Amino acid sequence: MIEVENLTKRYGRTTAVDGISFRVRKGEILGFLGPNGAGKTTTMRILTGYLPPTEGTARVAGYDVFEAPIEVKKRVGYIPETPPLYPDMEVDEFLDFCAKIKGIPGPSRKGKIDEAVDKTRVGDVRGRLIGRLSKGYRQRVGLAQAILNNPDVLILDEPTAGLDPKQIIETRELIKGLGGDHTIVLSTHILPEVSMTCGRVVIINKGKVVAEDTPENLTRRLRGAGALRVDVRGEATAAAEAVRSVPGVVSARPRPESAGVTTLEVEAEPGRDVRPDIARAVVSRGLDLLALHQVGMSLEEIFLHLTTTDAARAEAPPAAPRSEEVTA
Amino acid sequence: MTSLRNVAAIVEKEWRHYFGSPIAYVSLTVWALLFGIFFYFAFSFFLRESMMAAQQMEFGGGPKMSLNELLIRPVMHNMAVVALFLAPMLTMRLFAEEKRQGTIELLATAPLTDLQIVLGKFLAAAGLYGLMILAGLVDLALIWHYASTPPEWKPVLTGALALLLFGSCFLALGVFVSTLTRNQIVAGILSFCLFLGVWTLGWADDPGAGPVMKAIAYLGVTTHMEDMVKGVVDLKDVVFYLSFIAFGLFLAHQSVQSQRWRA
Repeated sequence: MIEVENLTKRYGRTTAVDGISFRVRKGEILGFLGPNGAGKTTTMRILTGYLPPTEGTARVAGYDVFEAPIEVKKRVGYIPETPPLYPDMEVDEFLDFCAKIKGIPGPSRKGKIDEAVDKTRVGDVRGRLIGRLSKGYRQRVGLAQAILNNPDVLILDEPTAGLDPKQIIETRELIKGLGGDHTIVLSTHILPEVSMTCGRVVIINKGKVVAEDTPENLTRRLRGAGALRVDVRGEATAAAEAVRSVPGVVSARPRPESAGVTTLEVEAEPGRDVRPDIARAVVSRGLDLLALHQVGMSLEEIFLHLTTTDAARAEAPPAAPRSEEVTA
Repeated sequence: MTSLRNVAAIVEKEWRHYFGSPIAYVSLTVWALLFGIFFYFAFSFFLRESMMAAQQMEFGGGPKMSLNELLIRPVMHNMAVVALFLAPMLTMRLFAEEKRQGTIELLATAPLTDLQIVLGKFLAAAGLYGLMILAGLVDLALIWHYASTPPEWKPVLTGALALLLFGSCFLALGVFVSTLTRNQIVAGILSFCLFLGVWTLGWADDPGAGPVMKAIAYLGVTTHMEDMVKGVVDLKDVVFYLSFIAFGLFLAHQSVQSQRWRA
């Protein structure tokens, strides 16, 4: 349904999106993950036909976003991070305007609006001014607008940003319910959201795809990268030094010691079991080894691992990508 | 067909905004009020003049008095000045506010072309402005009701057309200026300065002016009103206004498109 090939977007000298490629199958919910300024919003804007790409192609529902933006726009429902709403319009009035500019013909307009209102459960605020609605309702009115013409593809930029926990759960349920009929791309930096709603995840950082898989596979694959927790009785620097001396250990970060016990968070090279060596190293330095756990990486850790360690390892990048807040 | 429907949807939305807020009522009222005031002053002047003329009749007849020339035309000219002030108010928020609210993204991701958006917004403003002119003409209807020899109606019509075309030039430029900023006050002030600049170009029109000054004067929006207000519709004036409007809208369209490339 969506094919993105080597997509690049530059703003002057800054590169917001740097040669990313991915595909989304029909009916799939794809999570688009990345820190702020990673290029999520830019990519999504390109997919909606709003921004032209600098290089590469993106095809949505078979139409090239650059060559046939109008055809793409007819098939895509989009909500930016802050839903674009007119505060001085009533909900019904707003949806009617949206239906008109989306080219829904007069006779079926009423029905489509009712349908979208039902799906997003905004029925009880239909006559209210949008400016007076709570954030949760605004988000839903934005969603109602996006699904009005029953688009093949829905693109949601941080649909749960700024909502309270109850609204977040409701919105997630809503999105899950829309999957299947619609192909959905949603961006977020809330990680549980991804494991709960998305079938597949694309993680991008500094404009590049750093990982692409199902949430389960990502977790499984990175578990091998072996995060360890080591409890040592003794002084923190000595303990950290001991662990770091073991070949295969990438990093060892001591947590603040309490009651003479230091807990080290150790990261080892993937596929290498360093536990016996760590045990020996600690003991041989006269420190007491109290515990040694293998810790599975949560999605949060994977995310941080992928988006921060890569950046730290790379030579200092010439310029940080412009954050989305600036361009929004 | 669809493109027409899209433009109509934008026009309707803008009109809902104009009439859902005080904007439309305030501008209609101010326009009608000022039209009335100028009409009153011009009328008193006309009355004094005609009284003097009547006195001169005893000495063999004074100059011929024309309602069109002495009453209607000055009012039309004064209203052109009012248009200079009101036009920025009608256009300043058109794009600036969409940009500030982020709703420009809604329009830009809907299956609309930039041209349809620009045209819709311009026509909405021009429509409201047209309504204002009509509201002013109600005053003139009084003359027909009371005057013993009613004035010619054709110059009134062409005068109204001149006002419409002349003001629409401002509106088209105003739409363009509104695309440049997300702050509607900035758009308003810039538009006003620009309009004033275009207006003063006409002051270069002097009988003794050289070819350069003549050319500059030709670009002034006021110079092309004269004949039309007198009742003469010259094709070159109409073409001038229409191309001025087209140029303003072209700039607006280019600006909207280029922002998409840079945004």
